[in-house]
Amino acid sequence: MRPEFASPSSSSSSSADRRLNALVRHLATASMVSQTAVAFSPTSGFHGDSVFSHVVRAPEDPILGVTVAYNKDPSPVKLNLGVGAYRTEEGKPLVLNVVRKAEQMLLNDKSRVKEYLPIVGIAEFNKLSAKLIFGADSPAIRENRVTTVQCLSGTGSLRVGAEFLARHYHQKTIYIPQPTWGNHPKVFTLAGLSVKTYRYYDPTTRGMNFQGLLEDLGSAPSGSIVLLHACAHNPTGVDPTLQQWEQIRQLMRSKALLPFFDSAYQGFASGNLDEDAQSIRMFVADGGECFVAQSYAKNMGLYGERVGALSVVCRAADVASKVESQLKLVIRPMFSNPPIHGASIVVTILKDSNMFNEWTIELKAMADRIISMRKQLFDALRARGTPGDWSHIIKQIGMFTFTGLNSKQVEFMTREYHIYMTSDGRISMAGLSSKTVPHLADAIHAAVTRMS
Amino acid sequence: MAIRRAMSGRIMDRTAVVGARYMSSWWRSVQPAPKDPILGVTEAFLADQSPDKVNVGVGAYRDDNGKPVVLECVREAERRIAGNLNMEYLPMGGSVKMVEETLKLAYGENSELIKEKRIAAVQALSGTGACRLFADFQKRFCPDSQIYIPVPTWANHHNIWRDAQVPQKTYHYYHPESKGLDFAAMIDDIKNAPNGSFFLLHACAHNPTGVDPSEEQWREISHHIKAKGHFAFFDMAYQGFASGDPEKDAKAIRIFLEDGHHIGIAQSYAKNMGLYGQRVGCLSVLCEDEKQAVAVKSQLQQLARPMYSNPPVHGALIVSTILSDPDLKKQWLKEVKVMADRIIGMRTALRGNLEKLGSPLSWQHITNQIGMFCYSGLTPEQVDRLTNEFHIYMTRNGRISMAGVTTGSVKYLANAIHEVTK
Repeated sequence: MRPEFASPSSSSSSSADRRLNALVRHLATASMVSQTAVAFSPTSGFHGDSVFSHVVRAPEDPILGVTVAYNKDPSPVKLNLGVGAYRTEEGKPLVLNVVRKAEQMLLNDKSRVKEYLPIVGIAEFNKLSAKLIFGADSPAIRENRVTTVQCLSGTGSLRVGAEFLARHYHQKTIYIPQPTWGNHPKVFTLAGLSVKTYRYYDPTTRGMNFQGLLEDLGSAPSGSIVLLHACAHNPTGVDPTLQQWEQIRQLMRSKALLPFFDSAYQGFASGNLDEDAQSIRMFVADGGECFVAQSYAKNMGLYGERVGALSVVCRAADVASKVESQLKLVIRPMFSNPPIHGASIVVTILKDSNMFNEWTIELKAMADRIISMRKQLFDALRARGTPGDWSHIIKQIGMFTFTGLNSKQVEFMTREYHIYMTSDGRISMAGLSSKTVPHLADAIHAAVTRMS
Repeated sequence: MAIRRAMSGRIMDRTAVVGARYMSSWWRSVQPAPKDPILGVTEAFLADQSPDKVNVGVGAYRDDNGKPVVLECVREAERRIAGNLNMEYLPMGGSVKMVEETLKLAYGENSELIKEKRIAAVQALSGTGACRLFADFQKRFCPDSQIYIPVPTWANHHNIWRDAQVPQKTYHYYHPESKGLDFAAMIDDIKNAPNGSFFLLHACAHNPTGVDPSEEQWREISHHIKAKGHFAFFDMAYQGFASGDPEKDAKAIRIFLEDGHHIGIAQSYAKNMGLYGQRVGCLSVLCEDEKQAVAVKSQLQQLARPMYSNPPVHGALIVSTILSDPDLKKQWLKEVKVMADRIIGMRTALRGNLEKLGSPLSWQHITNQIGMFCYSGLTPEQVDRLTNEFHIYMTRNGRISMAGVTTGSVKYLANAIHEVTK
């Protein structure tokens, strides 16, 4: 192939020109290169464009994109209430003391290696995680009817469970609450399930649309999968009462609807691990089957380590074992085996009763700080005489408050007050501090009074 | 407590009738899945009580005492990381620093392509995750394409592209008679594939055969792939492990880059940094320009988000700590060479021992092949005999992980192989 030599040109070259020039640089001497530029010749034999030239840029993830925008903002009063990651009173991320301790122990243990975990992850991690969510005295565990596999946090657990269902379950539709975490629909769709919704949140009361929920689940085809937030519903913070959970359970069992629990906030809602697991335990107690996706991202602050577990409660032990073998077939072509570091920290903490206690205390402190932020924000709005009923701020539970603000108001708050939150009006209470509550209250007040 | 028990008692009574309707499990019809052919070997090995047992199954490096190794540079990196940083979510595309350093390894320290920002790259869950992400991307954006996979290959490659629902075909690669490369047939397959097919290539140290094309052969492969407008996707899981020199091991990739291909690469730190269980890797796709690279990266992130949201931070921190510190990087390169050299030494020893035993067969391929694995040529039946009679564990395709052979076990291994092949 002989490149054509033309007079030097400083204009921007096509990608083909660039490639040819690169080749010339290899072939030519230094003096030649400085005098020549190379133009693409049809006879040069290059095969041209990328097969992915038609790919268009995807929109920013609505939730993670908030942090991207926040980071770009130079304002000193900016506030990130987007992603559900806990912040201290000083607005700093928090690594729990007990987690630091566990990490040091792992580091100091010279006998530790970095070998591949089994496909299902650390056996002890799986056992302890099942105990944590189902209760140490759970009959399902005692009877070996539970299979638990380590996955990549809540997202990964949901995805693996959904892929299994798409392959082995007779019903390919999952019902998700309206609204729900923004990533839920994509997880299930990519796994091969089709997604429908059931009514959940009532914007007028800012509470549960329980009638709507019962109607929608009641009219779902028998056997459909139903996604349930175990506690601290994301984004609304609105949870069913225990009585309502019981009604949901009865309805679902009578229609043979399959529960798929997303448990991302165990311990974060009420501050008590067992209390926050009651909804799940109620379902397991009736002897029926369910899926549970568990995350340690928030309650152990292990966010980036991606630690979670998928549990499938079956009616019989041999079934659980067969299910596990099929879960492995989903996992192997996805990531082969899960990451070791975060799960090792979890094991270290859960298996030691002192460290476990330390953890529950730190967890309660985080939950309590959030509850206190709710109270402070509520009081601040009342003090400003902000129009509207803001009692939902203290009624809702968990990391998030569904303010009821619309996207225009949210946009206004971002523009004028540098408050970053998702456009559905969800704020992460974990991102607030006593110092920043006044600023947020001012912003909400302004948004409500100046924009509707 | 008592209240809860009483409550659940009432629940049971009320739903006793309803319960009858769902007495049988939804999963009764679920079949037990077959054991993974590779990872199942280690399970069997662990269950074996014999003191003579030898594990040459899974491709994980062992030192000369048969022990797993945590590299010194890794230990040092971990010491620096612990207690200093938080565990916040990484971006969907992973650690930017880690990805930057990783691209330098594959594309070259001073690569123009990196400077021109033409590479779309994201942190991935080791090699598996990188391949899977690419396969999903291929399915989404080239839905009519198919992937050509060499025969043989790492078994999980088939699973990955199957689960991504990309139709697969195979191309000739291994030549059993010569225990080398079936080059002519491979080129034929490249020529006969429909234009614009996707080809999976092992960048170096082919798994499971250890048979790599020579430099001249790579140039010819590149030429024919280019002539057909095929897409070349490299799985590079052993950079540094083949020759001991990461730059040398990237030669095939560099040839393709020089020839102007828009390639994709799956990189893994499982073996060359011993980070197996940390699941650290990188997927990159070379694009026409920066704009396209931004678009492609954003789409890769769209695939990662519903799979695991964002990748694990710990392993990525170890990698970026090592690669961005010149002293630690130097130490790493030394440690990689030690591992590669030990394996090369074991190849020589195994072949030598077999020849000394007067084996009638040729064992040249043991030292001709490169990387972690030796494709011994043993039949499944012979492998079964090795396991049942000698407690030697390997995959039934006759693949021996040379990384699992030690000075202490090489004679025993040679003996056993001689016994089942004489």
